[in-house]
Amino acid sequence: MLVNITDVARVIRSKNSGPFEITFDIMFKSPQWFEYFCEKDIISRELICRLYNVDETKILAIVHFKPANAIKFTLKRRIPSGSPGETDIYGAQQHAPLLGIEFEAPEYEKT
Amino acid sequence: MSDKREFRVLSATAILGYGFPEESFERGMSRKPHLIAVDAGSTDPGPYYLGSGKSFTDRAFVKRDLTHMIKAGVSNSIPVVIGTAGGSGAKSHLDWCREIIEELAEENKLSFKMAVIPADISKERVLNALNAGKIIPLAGVHELTHDHVVQSTNIVAQMGMEPIIEALKGGAQVVLAGRAYDPANFAALAVMEGFDEALALHMGKILECAAIAATPGSGADCALGILEEDGFILEPLNPKRKFTCESTAAHTLYEKTDPYHLPGPGGELDLTGCNFTQIDENRVRVTGTRHVPTEKYYVKLEGARPIGYRTVSIAGSRDPIMISRIDSILNEVNEQVESMISKRSDVNGSVYYHVYGKNGVMGPLEPIPSSSVSSHELAIIIEAIGETKAAADTLCSVSRSTLLHYGYEGRISTAGNLAFPFSPSDISMGTVYEFSIYHLMEMENDMFPVTYFQVGKED
Repeated sequence: MLVNITDVARVIRSKNSGPFEITFDIMFKSPQWFEYFCEKDIISRELICRLYNVDETKILAIVHFKPANAIKFTLKRRIPSGSPGETDIYGAQQHAPLLGIEFEAPEYEKT
Repeated sequence: MSDKREFRVLSATAILGYGFPEESFERGMSRKPHLIAVDAGSTDPGPYYLGSGKSFTDRAFVKRDLTHMIKAGVSNSIPVVIGTAGGSGAKSHLDWCREIIEELAEENKLSFKMAVIPADISKERVLNALNAGKIIPLAGVHELTHDHVVQSTNIVAQMGMEPIIEALKGGAQVVLAGRAYDPANFAALAVMEGFDEALALHMGKILECAAIAATPGSGADCALGILEEDGFILEPLNPKRKFTCESTAAHTLYEKTDPYHLPGPGGELDLTGCNFTQIDENRVRVTGTRHVPTEKYYVKLEGARPIGYRTVSIAGSRDPIMISRIDSILNEVNEQVESMISKRSDVNGSVYYHVYGKNGVMGPLEPIPSSSVSSHELAIIIEAIGETKAAADTLCSVSRSTLLHYGYEGRISTAGNLAFPFSPSDISMGTVYEFSIYHLMEMENDMFPVTYFQVGKED
């Protein structure tokens, strides 16, 4: 069954991690969904590259953070915060492509 | 009464000038804190503030927050530590904040000893370090060149706990620090009194954002940290909020690349062995944080340099034909403007169109193709960056007038393509800065000299 990520995540956000990076957090509603996403490698390098139209060298880190049931990844900014051509100084509105992630869930329970 | 040693820190607000409810602050004071501290800065608002030496926070509210904090601190002999004064922590920011403190001290008849710790690093010192190979870029940052250093208007380094400890040992009632590693402001006094460095810094890391790590989170409310020998407790100071394991752990992710390893001056916090325990409904206890010193002690340098002048014009379009062709229209306008100014050696610069309703927020990263944009109206911000203010004004003005009357293919509305909300339509925004330095530099002696001042009349 195809499920949208917003059914299993309670927070999806982006923000500067310093002026040269943007970091993205996906916090899951339950440890089970966090483990499932880690196991199936749903937030893969390939998916991130496709969603943000970047090559792999722009991905600085993908981290699975158990204490917050969160997967986070960090991209090198296209343009440093505040430099010419920039559109989002704080980097807080770059999360939207993540809201469209759909995945195959084995036993879907709305939590 | 438990005889367990503890050190309580009252964090007033997420950023000095963001405000806090007086009731929360009073509740914090009733918990008899050993320290009142606040982080006053961030690089988030962009390079302008460091570059120009101005504060991104409002003077009236910085004064309001400081008045509560310093009055409470002085009358109860509790040290007050303010880090990254004025938002970016360079000399002009420090002077701005110091003037506010002197003003409020006089108005409230307060007198105390204040330590001021500048964090400015001279260009000469940075260039020497660069030449000696003692500067390394952070991930994703350009290699540093002499030009980056020489052209920067302000260069600061993030101080660790050491200068703040020196100031507190020197008997300062108020410590006003330039650019500082946020957790250091909260951790210095506790470490000076023998508490564990890793736990003190980790607690500071959370407290520097005050109630943002609680739920519901707020950047304009107080929070209390209770440091013990083998852990620390986070306590809300507003009955509307609580700290939960989830909210606390979630905050650890915030604005960080790797939440397990948090680098700072001289070392990094290692959270791989951390435990978060809910000890009652509102409070969380954290244990297991380690601090791993780096082989060499590095401090982070931040610098900004001017790169031109900006003039913008804000307009809207409500024409469906124009909206459906907006990409090609803007390209054609840009070409026409370029051909007009290319012969002018005095008009150097670039024009950027921010098209809201299409891809104004994400630019080229926007996954929705512009051909499928279905907005009934668009906002178009014309941004011109010129070598001089006059060049920026000219570029903006010519782009605006060309777009206003551009006869694009299929046009039916021939009286004007743009709706302007304002007269004048063009706004000169002054100097544009960029982050020129964001690098690590090996620590040297006397980078952060401590100076003491008597504020108000001595008793």
